[in-house]
Amino acid sequence: MKRRSVLRLGAAALAAPAIIPGRAFANDPIRIGAVAPKTGPLAGGAAVSHWPNIALWSSQVNERGGLNVGGTMRPVEIIEYDDQTNPGETIRAVERLANQDNVDFILAPYGTGLNIAAAPLMDRFGYPQITSTCITDQVVDLSGQFSNMFFLLGGATGLAEGIVSVLAGMRDAGQIGGNVAMVNVADAFGIELAAAGRPALEAAGFNLVYDSSYPLGTQDLSPVMRGAKDAAPDAFIGFSYPPDTFGLTEQAQIEELEVGAFYTAVGASFPAYAGRFGPAVNNILGAGGVNATSEAFQAYAAAHTEVAGQAPDFWASAMMYASLQILEAAIETVGADREAVSAHLKETTFDTVNGPVTFDEHNNNPEYWTVGQWQDGLFRGVASTGREGAVDAVVKDGWT
Amino acid sequence: MNLSRDDIPALAFSALLLGLAAMLPLTGSSYWMGIGLSIAMFTVLSTSWALFSGPTHYISLATAAFFGLGTYTVGLGFESLPFWLLIIIAAAIGAALAGIVGLATLRLSGVYFVIFTLGLAELVRQLTTWVQNLTGQRGFYVLTDIGETEIYLMLVGLAALVFLTGWLIGRSRLGFALRIIGDDEEVARHSGINTARAKVLLFMVSGLVAAATGAILAPRYVYIEPSLAFSPILSFQVVIMALLGGPGRLWGPLVGVIPFTFLWEAISSSFPNQTTLVLGIAFLVIVYALPRGFVGLIEDGRHRLRAREGYA
Repeated sequence: MKRRSVLRLGAAALAAPAIIPGRAFANDPIRIGAVAPKTGPLAGGAAVSHWPNIALWSSQVNERGGLNVGGTMRPVEIIEYDDQTNPGETIRAVERLANQDNVDFILAPYGTGLNIAAAPLMDRFGYPQITSTCITDQVVDLSGQFSNMFFLLGGATGLAEGIVSVLAGMRDAGQIGGNVAMVNVADAFGIELAAAGRPALEAAGFNLVYDSSYPLGTQDLSPVMRGAKDAAPDAFIGFSYPPDTFGLTEQAQIEELEVGAFYTAVGASFPAYAGRFGPAVNNILGAGGVNATSEAFQAYAAAHTEVAGQAPDFWASAMMYASLQILEAAIETVGADREAVSAHLKETTFDTVNGPVTFDEHNNNPEYWTVGQWQDGLFRGVASTGREGAVDAVVKDGWT
Repeated sequence: MNLSRDDIPALAFSALLLGLAAMLPLTGSSYWMGIGLSIAMFTVLSTSWALFSGPTHYISLATAAFFGLGTYTVGLGFESLPFWLLIIIAAAIGAALAGIVGLATLRLSGVYFVIFTLGLAELVRQLTTWVQNLTGQRGFYVLTDIGETEIYLMLVGLAALVFLTGWLIGRSRLGFALRIIGDDEEVARHSGINTARAKVLLFMVSGLVAAATGAILAPRYVYIEPSLAFSPILSFQVVIMALLGGPGRLWGPLVGVIPFTFLWEAISSSFPNQTTLVLGIAFLVIVYALPRGFVGLIEDGRHRLRAREGYA
């Protein structure tokens, strides 16, 4: 450590009590465990949607003195582990947090697979698991087996049906025709969305003119996009992951794919996506969404940018933050008692950055955003399963 | 079968150690169960890996392929078949794949074989994904009551079988043949040893064990998807642990797995932000400081002890 930073630290230590007078330092912190990827395939996504929210929330809570538990202000202390995107490591980290670190609460991990891998242990140790990035259609089975597992972000079927309903609305309004090209990344989530999307498109009376897939990690997506273009579709759906979400969009731009609706899935809501494509991003549709112009989201985004040095994404970020708000409200109401918190989660409506959240009888949040669209620099929710603030989808006009 | 004078205490000692290992669940600590489970899993994988790679010096990076096949077998058949049967089916599939692959590739030598086995895991993973994509099959959920105690005991049982197999092979003509192959394959062939058969048989043993291990661990992961089941890092972990111990002895990988698991745990818990970096440095240090693994260290110690006694 350099001498100057030692001095600065010392000065900060001296100054701290003076800045926050009356703050009870003797109060035990509430220890909260966090495990998610810092390395491995999902590290990029976690660095956007997961970790910054934990930093934001803990700094906000501690700035106001901590969580109010039965009249005592208790700061939060976060204990972080990297699971290397490996379910075996997620499990080990949860064991370590529960048995060695004796944490009071454990935040749900990142991603579908890692969350489900952690579920049996979280259940056995009695930790509530409020997932914000676990997209599954098996909510009923999972919550039946793990009664403390909660789901915020929705299911694959809901997401796929969301985009189909948006397209149907545009077609019925005479904005686009009935021919759809659909591609998907051949990996768990892309496969699930495509499997749910096919029957939904058929039921809505669409004509699937192109249906193809590509392996995860495909570098050259130009054959995929050329194939889609040759089928002359009116709308393009790409059930994609972050690297290929960017790749497909780039190819569509190069090939000048002329469609009235262009949709890519995971990653379309990232600020980096808009940064990469500039004005061409306007009116691109994507999975997720938020009520981007709401006061709650605007305030959250400003705080996020200030603390984390980067803007939140327009989907999972806000949901991750909502899961922390829910945990906070539950602890402040019933105390740092895990069992009481789980019980409280099932019977209360929580006020979050995404609006009110009430879990149904399967611990599921039934009201979530399914489709968003870039409109004038914001990724705004255009379809949801019951959220307020949706705007109308707009026809995409060219790539410049 | 003839047991020599040295064999009986060695077997009794091994049985005692296994018995002790099987008592771990009695501690009631989930944390130690987790570490024990990790040790048991890597002991089984590294020891079975070393059964093949130790004597033949063929470095196989295919563990993840077999392991993933095992987890997928359970994921696929879980709804319709009993769990114990699935472990056996997984083992059979693992052995069959290893047999086919072995016949096709064990004529390759040195680095060509290494590259092929590395590619195998990716090949199997892509095939699995392709089939899932064709059928629109989603990720598999293995929801059961099988907890870590059961999984741990199954792994200890499997470890006992692996050690017994290794011990029997070491005493057999097959084991002798493998040692000659390892020293000089040309000489082995000229001595009338069917080198291809010997190598394929041993490769099948390691494939079988890795697939069975994957099957046993499937309930622990609950959600089975290709990127998680066929994670290539597993293959490297197995090789590193076996080399750290010393693949030339049956018990060699075990003395690598135990310190490595504690090292991994210490690094994961102390350096949450630099885990991968610190692990990489640890690998380098191990390779430089312990080129022959812990077995080399232990045997040097023994030699020194004996030399000193000789002078006394």
